Amino acid sequence: MQRLIVNGVAIDDTFAEAFGMRATAIIITGPNRKWARQAAISMTGFATSVIGCGCEAAIDVELPASQTPDGRPGCRVMIFAVSTDELQKQLQNRLGQCVLTSPGSACFADLKGTADLKLGSALRYFGDGWQVSKKFGGRHYWRVPVMDGEFLCEATTGLTKEAVGGGNLLLLAESNAKALAAAEAAVAAIEKVPGAIMPFPGGVVRSGSKVGGKYKGMTASTNDAFAPTLRGVVKSELDPGINAVLEIVIDGQTSDAVAAAMKAGLGAVTKLGPAKGAARISAGNYGGKLGKFHYHLKDLLP
Amino acid sequence: MKALTFTLRETPPERLDLSPLTPEKLAGIDKGEIGKIRLGMSKRALTVGDLFKVSGSDLKSIVFEGGSERFDRVGTGLVDGTIRVVGDAGAQAGRQMRGGLLTIEGNTGSHAGSCMRGGRLEITINAGDHLGGPLAGELAGMNGGMVIVRGRAGAFAGDRMRRGVAAVLKGCGEYAGARMIAGTLVVTGGVGGLPGYLMRRGSILLDREPAELSPSFVECGAPDSSFASVMDRYLVTDGILKRPLLGKAPGKFGGDNAVFGTGEILFRR
Repeated sequence: MQRLIVNGVAIDDTFAEAFGMRATAIIITGPNRKWARQAAISMTGFATSVIGCGCEAAIDVELPASQTPDGRPGCRVMIFAVSTDELQKQLQNRLGQCVLTSPGSACFADLKGTADLKLGSALRYFGDGWQVSKKFGGRHYWRVPVMDGEFLCEATTGLTKEAVGGGNLLLLAESNAKALAAAEAAVAAIEKVPGAIMPFPGGVVRSGSKVGGKYKGMTASTNDAFAPTLRGVVKSELDPGINAVLEIVIDGQTSDAVAAAMKAGLGAVTKLGPAKGAARISAGNYGGKLGKFHYHLKDLLP
Repeated sequence: MKALTFTLRETPPERLDLSPLTPEKLAGIDKGEIGKIRLGMSKRALTVGDLFKVSGSDLKSIVFEGGSERFDRVGTGLVDGTIRVVGDAGAQAGRQMRGGLLTIEGNTGSHAGSCMRGGRLEITINAGDHLGGPLAGELAGMNGGMVIVRGRAGAFAGDRMRRGVAAVLKGCGEYAGARMIAGTLVVTGGVGGLPGYLMRRGSILLDREPAELSPSFVECGAPDSSFASVMDRYLVTDGILKRPLLGKAPGKFGGDNAVFGTGEILFRR
């Protein structure tokens, strides 16, 4: 495989392979930044991969009080799933268990899409008959009485079918510390890109997977080609001197958002250079079997 | 295209029914025939031509140059487009509107916005009694849309209101929001006695604590309210109010417990 060199970092001439998803976005606000974040973090907990969690979710951006519907600090949260039904189920469960329960929270729609997903119109029954419907300014809200006052929740939010899941970068480094430094630089850069989330812990994945496995029922298993301890034993993708690989996985509201996020990540990692970060950057390419969206690294170079 | 303009020649000698002069009802009528439409309510059979000089041809934009408190039922059933009255209007202005914009640059009589279902009605000075309310025998009043009265409204504003938003900016008479079924009534500048009398559900939003309330209302505390913030922001950004109405944690009275009891009067503390 041909490699390009940017600031001493080798970049494989390969592509990240991603697939279409269903997604929605909501704004969660709280009495202050801490509690807005807390509600958002709880809601997006255990939402790293659709393989085992039902959905992939994370905070897209944090919003200052001036940019939220109720003038309090908030977070824009995005949730991705493989089907509309699964997305609705995950949204409803997480909203009910994590946002409704969080002190002082309120929840608003933040995506106009082709169809509506239920937010407050599913949760309102928690009000046991005391819930109040309010329509004004072209929007519909439900007010549910709770112990610290009232939970305000917009009735519906929009669904997009244009979302893309599985954009990725593989960061190959000499040591674990350098791989982590490169990954953290990429995450910090991608966090600034609107409409793109990184659902894994802190935005980073250490268990990059391949499709299928030797055991029955496993839809994914360890990415042996990129596991340094298997170098030499299996057909490895790793050069001598590479001892740690970390992956950044990106879901985007649109294909353009994924491309912009990967570009930002590539820029940050190459800027860091091999002495402090990654010696080589690659991407998860499954030979075209996984999805129709292909992001070629050479097109995204800084 | 110039707005279809009806210029009033002189004060009408009798009450008029202006409900035929909406974009929907004038569509397809030849311009020459418009002058023959009957508006008078007496045996005199006054027509458009007797009362107005007609000019312009844009049906989507109708203007009445000059108004009168005898102009009844202006903009009845309006679905789309705009109607502007430069002057006063009589009873039932904007009754049963479903869309569009009706502006009365003056006062209106009783039952303005009666049983509206959509659209926007703006009254720049005062409105009479029963703003948005039903006529005798009707079960519900305003059922959607938006009414703004920049001046005062009389008694029974928002009577039997069921949906939508009504805003009165310089106070209203007694029994504001009486028998409300749901919806939102906003009043700044003070309300008369017994607001929310026999209200079942719905919200009456006030800029001050009501002076005289039915004893079947109960005090319900004042927790922080996101709804109050969102409503305040809507009222200001929509140009209805100049500053926030309720604040972060408005006080609340619940009622009317003489009936269903899930209505509310929220007020700025």
